[in-house]
Amino acid sequence: MLDIKNLHAAVEGNAILKGINLTVKPGEVHAIMGPNGSGKSSLASVLAGRESYEVTDGSVDFLGKDLLDMSPEVRAREGLFLAFQYPVEIPGVSNINFLKTAVNEIRAYHGEPPMQAKAFLDMLKSKQKLMEFDANLMNRSLNEGFSGGEKKRNDIFQMAMLEPKLAIMDETDSGLDIDALRIVSAGVNKLRSKDNAFVIITHYQRLLEYIVPDFVHVLYNGRIVKSGTKELALELEEKGYDWLKEDIRLEEPVQ
Amino acid sequence: MTTATKHISFNEALPALFGAQFSANGWFAGREAALQQFLALGGIPTVKVEDWKYTNVVPFFKNDIQITLPEVPEVTAAQLEAAATLIPDAHRLVLVNGVLQQHLSQLPPAAQVTVSRLSEAGTQPAVELYFNQSPKINEHHFAQLNSALFNDGLFIEVKAKAIVEQPIQVIHLYAAGQSRLFNPRHLVVVNEGASVQIVESAAGLGLTDTVVINSVTESIVAERAQLSQYQLQTGGNQLRFINQNLVEQKGKSLYNNYTFTLTDSDFVRNNLNISLDEERTETHMYGFYIAAGTQVIDNHTSVDHRMPHCESNELYRGVLLDKATGVFNGKIYVHEDAQKTNAFQQNNNLVISPEATLFTKPQLEIFADDVKCSHGCTIGQVSEDALFYLRARGIGEAEARNLLVKAFAFDITAKVTIPAVRKHVEQIASQYLNA
Ligand SMILES: Nc1ncnc2c1ncn2[C@@H]1O[C@H](COP(=O)(O)OP(=O)(O)OP(=O)(O)O)[C@@H](O)[C@H]1O
Ligand SMILES: [Mg+2]
Repeated sequence: MLDIKNLHAAVEGNAILKGINLTVKPGEVHAIMGPNGSGKSSLASVLAGRESYEVTDGSVDFLGKDLLDMSPEVRAREGLFLAFQYPVEIPGVSNINFLKTAVNEIRAYHGEPPMQAKAFLDMLKSKQKLMEFDANLMNRSLNEGFSGGEKKRNDIFQMAMLEPKLAIMDETDSGLDIDALRIVSAGVNKLRSKDNAFVIITHYQRLLEYIVPDFVHVLYNGRIVKSGTKELALELEEKGYDWLKEDIRLEEPVQ
Repeated sequence: MTTATKHISFNEALPALFGAQFSANGWFAGREAALQQFLALGGIPTVKVEDWKYTNVVPFFKNDIQITLPEVPEVTAAQLEAAATLIPDAHRLVLVNGVLQQHLSQLPPAAQVTVSRLSEAGTQPAVELYFNQSPKINEHHFAQLNSALFNDGLFIEVKAKAIVEQPIQVIHLYAAGQSRLFNPRHLVVVNEGASVQIVESAAGLGLTDTVVINSVTESIVAERAQLSQYQLQTGGNQLRFINQNLVEQKGKSLYNNYTFTLTDSDFVRNNLNISLDEERTETHMYGFYIAAGTQVIDNHTSVDHRMPHCESNELYRGVLLDKATGVFNGKIYVHEDAQKTNAFQQNNNLVISPEATLFTKPQLEIFADDVKCSHGCTIGQVSEDALFYLRARGIGEAEARNLLVKAFAFDITAKVTIPAVRKHVEQIASQYLNA
């Protein structure tokens, strides 16, 4: 589904991603962990198509197409979804109109007619139920004045509505209360199928107890320096990252 | 230098015309003095006059512009409905070339509001008290021209304690066979403890040439009274507007002004001057403009904080497209006695086209020491982060931009408290932004 090869990217001339290799197959859940500033959100941004990042080397194949060649909207329409670490507030754009526009633009891309009002509302209701998302937030401006946790939940709710093939969730757990974490995880688990995949960026093992990953990767200094199974997350939780940094220093030539 | 010659000829031609038709027109005795003051100020202002630096009006006053007394053609209800959007559940005053048309109007209850032609209101005590008395009216070129040449207009007086529930819609229609100057003149007096909302718009009737509407309104908001004025500048393509609204607020009064400029007109200049004469007043000014093509839209506002404990709040926003020009100038004077003043001003602009031009100038002059004042102006594009967020959800770039520009506008229209007006303005704004 997703095949990242030797991906290098820079912001304003600063190299941030320095050779990422990652393969995600349908049905899989991958967790990406790593210290602050290691490049996790940058990887997510590059995959979603943020224009401030310049890809300097490497390739990304998404469902047989060149992802890097697509505009952000085409990536979304092809089935990529990014739940943001910091969802933005957009005053004046109503949540519900925004969603309707997004759903219908994605449908139009696939040659489908716009959704009927009734069908849209039914879908809205069922996904609200799935994610236990407060219906009152639907009629407000997009994320405006939402609490930190509400913004995160709104992003996940959008994910449920848009039914992506590959969802990248950037620190969705930070800011969620204990109940919300459980609710959101249960929702994600229900969305999981053999046809879709998730890349979950997180700092904490706790989320991975709810959404059990098939693989765990450690991103450090723009590279994936270690990959393993869910046990790796437990080990990181216990020992932190220092032991990995030591290993890397031993491996790399001193600069 | 051809424009200079023409400009001189308008100013030079004026006294003779004035003598023939205007000097003895109606009850107002100050016409001659106003004419002299207009000429003393230099006549039609050139761009050398500070307040007219960015907007050159001289070409609008070519010597073929008619300034004779306007005729008033018969207008039918069907013509009215074709020319203007009627607000439901509102009182309605319709004027043709500045003259109130009873047969097209639905007056508010006489027990609450006195409405009459200004030309017939000369003996009203409120007219004697307030007409042509606004502070600084002598400093404004076009107000002086209006005082010399006005023919008619509205006199609206809301009785003390009268709460007028339904808004009063005022529709100004203009008809002329050739290029001409209209000088409508209005006086609005809201007495102690009264409350009223006035929604004004203007439209042309089959105009074949450009007309200049040099309108002056004086508005008095008495103690504890509330006045909301809406300027819906949504009409026609042959109209050029020079508007002046001089507002005086007395103690504990509330004044709201909404100015929406969403028009095909190639030139709009609004002057809103508010004088806070007594303590504990509250003032809100909201403006939104979309300028496209080669339009020039110019908003000049000023607020005089003369007394303590007054609060003024101003938010103007604009969208500039094509080769349009936008001007915003916001003056706030806080006089020495005006301690505990709160004065806020914001002007935000989206300059969509690289060929559009915007001049924005906040001018704060503060002579009291215990005040809270802030101002800010921004000129920019839509937020890249917001744009990316929408695109990352599958919304195409053009549509995403459109959503964000509308959001920028609807932040202002959301301040409108009359639902029908809000809907109307949002519809028109959408039309312009989709075009
Ligand atoms: N515009 C920019 N200019 C320079 N450096 C940048 C820019 N944007 C990001 N960076 C840098 O890129 C690095 C990676 O940032 P990124 O946000 O991807 O980290 P992260 O792994 O998501 O961290 P966190 O766990 O704190 O969310 C950081 O050092 C950051 O400062
Ligand atoms: Mg991050």
